[in-house]
Amino acid sequence: MNSIGTAQARKRMDICLSCPRGCEIHTRTDENNEILDIEGNKCKLGATYVKQEITDPRRVLPTSVRVRNGVRPLAPVWTPTPVPKHLLLDLAAATRDIEVDAPVHVGDVIIENWRGIGVDLVASGEVPVR
Amino acid sequence: MEVTKEYDVIVIGGGPAGMAAAIQAFKTGSEKVLLVERNNTLGGILPQCIHNGFGAVNFDRDYPGPQYSYLYEKELRSLNVDILLDTMVLDLTPEREVYAMNSVDGYLHYRAKAIVLAMGCRERTRAQIRLPGTRAAGIFTAGTAQRLVNIEGFMPGNRIVVLGSGDIGMIMARRLTIEGAEVPAVLEILPFLTGLRRNYVQCLLDYNIPLHLSTTVNNIYGENRVEAIETVKVDDKLQPVEGTEQVVECDTLILSVGLLPENELSRKAGVELDSRSNGPVVDSHMMTSVPGIFAAGNVTAIYDLVDYVSKSGEIAGRSAAQFARAGTHDSQSGITLKPGTNVGVAIPQKLRFDDDRSGEMFIMLRPNALLERAVKVELKHGDEVVGSFREQYARPAEMMIYRLKERELARLRELKTGELTAAIS
Repeated sequence: MNSIGTAQARKRMDICLSCPRGCEIHTRTDENNEILDIEGNKCKLGATYVKQEITDPRRVLPTSVRVRNGVRPLAPVWTPTPVPKHLLLDLAAATRDIEVDAPVHVGDVIIENWRGIGVDLVASGEVPVR
Repeated sequence: MEVTKEYDVIVIGGGPAGMAAAIQAFKTGSEKVLLVERNNTLGGILPQCIHNGFGAVNFDRDYPGPQYSYLYEKELRSLNVDILLDTMVLDLTPEREVYAMNSVDGYLHYRAKAIVLAMGCRERTRAQIRLPGTRAAGIFTAGTAQRLVNIEGFMPGNRIVVLGSGDIGMIMARRLTIEGAEVPAVLEILPFLTGLRRNYVQCLLDYNIPLHLSTTVNNIYGENRVEAIETVKVDDKLQPVEGTEQVVECDTLILSVGLLPENELSRKAGVELDSRSNGPVVDSHMMTSVPGIFAAGNVTAIYDLVDYVSKSGEIAGRSAAQFARAGTHDSQSGITLKPGTNVGVAIPQKLRFDDDRSGEMFIMLRPNALLERAVKVELKHGDEVVGSFREQYARPAEMMIYRLKERELARLRELKTGELTAAIS
């Protein structure tokens, strides 16, 4: 998240998302993104988390899409598998243009393999026909 | 007006607590169960909570709110339980008579052998935090904004400041950003985050939304519509620090400034309320001070995980069904649970050991201090430490749920009466 660049090592601080505790983990990494030292994590999940954050940070995206002819104008959707963090706003903006027909059922795949990133956009709620 | 229908159990409120209570009452053997819901859908607040983070305890999964709700609704609708939607309960008597109305059946007068109160909570509003400034349009509670954005499909504004760093406030800051609004600031009057840290990361940091601690709204500008707010830093007594005022242009202010259990009906039924939890005093069967009237979920105290709301609903529903069948109530005996040092709220307020209705017993403690170090929680009966456990920290944003161990239960059963104090050190 916060990176302070130096010639040899880069320092960063992450708040771990593995559990509610939210350890503040301080690490130094080398130019190959290898962790040189790590402190602040109370368990080994912290190291795994930071490693993932450095190489490929991902987040679940919950949002909504428009529904035609439903009892409500929107259906809740999400990506059950997380998407690359840098795509969040881009993907979120794209969902504003998606419109589907009622009925919508929990688990309906709205978009399969979204943008070819291997992640599905899936309905998380029911919208019956009006 | 005469009583027109008799039920074993009537559940008031169809959110997560009410649905779990109705399901459990039916499964425990009550043949006539009614659930009354004011809204036109079941699920309470869950259908508008489209973010994930629900179900970790009860399903070992991470679901969005609507999906969590759907799982309970599906089970409930598969059972022979009466459900009245769009129906408002107007009055409740200590004799468990329910007065309600809707636009189809008109005025209804029912009676039940047991009642479960599951009305949830309400948001604190601008008036309750005495926010200064004009009465311009564009000031919403976070839950109202959430309903507009997630259910009705309207954006409350374009440039939106959020007051309050509770989970709903942070989640709405992200949600509005996802839908294209700009959120220039989230303000928190306290010197620390009041929601979960993971929401700080996932909702604010990930979307570059700035958080300002020890900061609140000092003024609101705009005649017809909000045009700007003035923020101010506060000192350690939460008083404004002169000279720190800053004007932030915005068209909308969203308030995430706390939740209050909704107990208008509880009061009408003569249920004793706890001034600390703002909810009914309940025992370990989730029974209130009025025999046969039970309570579950956010009506009893504000929970931070829906999974435990559902659990409390299950306990209340099961106990209500047993009460309906037995027709008697527990004796007044039991051990009173009191909040001690660093504990704001302790639920249930009374632990009962006069029968073996439930094999397990949970207590819920809400810390009122931020302790970022290993802590010890002690349960003391007089000078005797009956139980203790350790936690890695204590935070007001995270309640502690503790399942009493067998030997602790056995000892408490022997003690039978008196006071048990829960303290964090």
